[in-house]
Amino acid sequence: MITLHCPYCGVDADETELTPGGEAHLKRFGPGSSDEDFEGYLFARQNPKGVHFERWRHAYGCGKWFLAARCTMTLEVFGTYSAQTTEPPKKIKDAISAKRPGWTWGAFS
Amino acid sequence: MKRYSAFAIARQALSHHQGWERAWRSPQPKRKYDVIIVGAGGHGLATAYYLGKNFGITNVAVIEKGWLGGGNTGRNTTIIRSNYLQDPSAAIYEKARSLYETLSQELNYNIMFSPRGVIMLAQTQSEIRGYQRTAHANALQGVQTEWITPARVKELCPIMNIDGPRYPVLGGLWQARGGTARHDAVAWGYARACSDMGMDIIQQCEVTGVRREGAKVVGVETTKGAIDCDKLGMVVAGHAGVLADMAGFKLPVESIALQALVSEPIKPCMDVVVMANTVHGYLSQSDKGEMVIGGGTDGFNNYTQRGSFHHIEETVRALVETFPMLSRLKMLRQWGGIVDMTGDRSAIISKTPVEGVFVNCGWGTGGFKAIPGSGWAMAELIAKGAPGPLAEAFTMERFKRGQFIDESVAAGVAH
Repeated sequence: MITLHCPYCGVDADETELTPGGEAHLKRFGPGSSDEDFEGYLFARQNPKGVHFERWRHAYGCGKWFLAARCTMTLEVFGTYSAQTTEPPKKIKDAISAKRPGWTWGAFS
Repeated sequence: MKRYSAFAIARQALSHHQGWERAWRSPQPKRKYDVIIVGAGGHGLATAYYLGKNFGITNVAVIEKGWLGGGNTGRNTTIIRSNYLQDPSAAIYEKARSLYETLSQELNYNIMFSPRGVIMLAQTQSEIRGYQRTAHANALQGVQTEWITPARVKELCPIMNIDGPRYPVLGGLWQARGGTARHDAVAWGYARACSDMGMDIIQQCEVTGVRREGAKVVGVETTKGAIDCDKLGMVVAGHAGVLADMAGFKLPVESIALQALVSEPIKPCMDVVVMANTVHGYLSQSDKGEMVIGGGTDGFNNYTQRGSFHHIEETVRALVETFPMLSRLKMLRQWGGIVDMTGDRSAIISKTPVEGVFVNCGWGTGGFKAIPGSGWAMAELIAKGAPGPLAEAFTMERFKRGQFIDESVAAGVAH
């Protein structure tokens, strides 16, 4: 079972307390965008075997959305952070680099 | 290949059964093949088999990183049905189901197809409407299903509690020629037939890279060296995204763990397959007597082949109301497989941006039942370089065009 630290209310929440919300840091494209961009936004996903960034909601807690860095192969959690950002904070990136040197994910590394 | 038959058993008995040959060869890879199929699961082997049988292409290698049939082919709940709402799904699943009917005879390998019948329970008003609609659609598609009453459900499956209280059984969608088959035997039977046609099945050989010249594929790098090919078929389910990355394109797929479990073996008590989509669980009894139970997927991406423990609790808790006798059973073992989910929860059988590379993935939680039909359609796509009538709608272009095969709505959750 995954345990994630909610960055808002500070609780270490079990998976049953949380709702997964899919990939984090998606760039949104609206009706005016090109077909490729719109398709990419709706359907193309990183789906990595390894380091991944996701949205989670502390559904049975404070109710807020936050972001998590996790390994999809080992379920190891590298850290969680506020959703009010377009890029993972340096602290999280460093924590990943310590465990998975040379990682990349989309535009991040 | 020595044919299996009652006479063969009698003949072998005379020599103390020392004369049986291996079901398939395990050769070293050749330098080059016409077609390489990555993934020796049911879908990959079926693709190879129909390439040989329908199109005479036998210079084929099937490459597998683990062992044959050790992925989702060995991890499913073995259910076969074709009661889908959308025309493209009904067509390909019904093709698969009808091929399953005679597959044992065709492969000369007992896949233990058991058309015991599948009931999909309606436990809410919307499910009643949904399944009645599916029954009408199936009638038009030539898929034999019917809407049945709660009394008939009880008659078909007496161990069921149809009175609720939370989710009473209000009827069901009954497919009499649905059922189960021995999942490993499907892979083994196809593998034996492929090997007999001269194809090479290369196990413990992981693909580490896809080699291209410009926009065209020329071969793969593997842990057993480089192998050249003219055409490459990727049939790797949960790892489709990883392989697509190597070839240099993206797939609209996310990999998620789906798990199943079996109880201790008990005497025969249930001779149909029951799917209860509202409470989210499905159940059948294996020939060994174990109750085979499947549930929902995890909600997040992972490649662990394990699944979250609390999903087992949710699944069993949900089923206990409809099957009270389950509460007295010990659960024997649990396992997980990595399913590849697409945006519309339907498969992808498609050309790709790389010339010569074809992909078959996205079967999500419903792949086993599709194996023969999927192999049939994929073989046609690879051989002709263009999709046939079965595969046409399953192109990955549909996400750009918005032409979804919207089974996630049509089929509820279980797929």
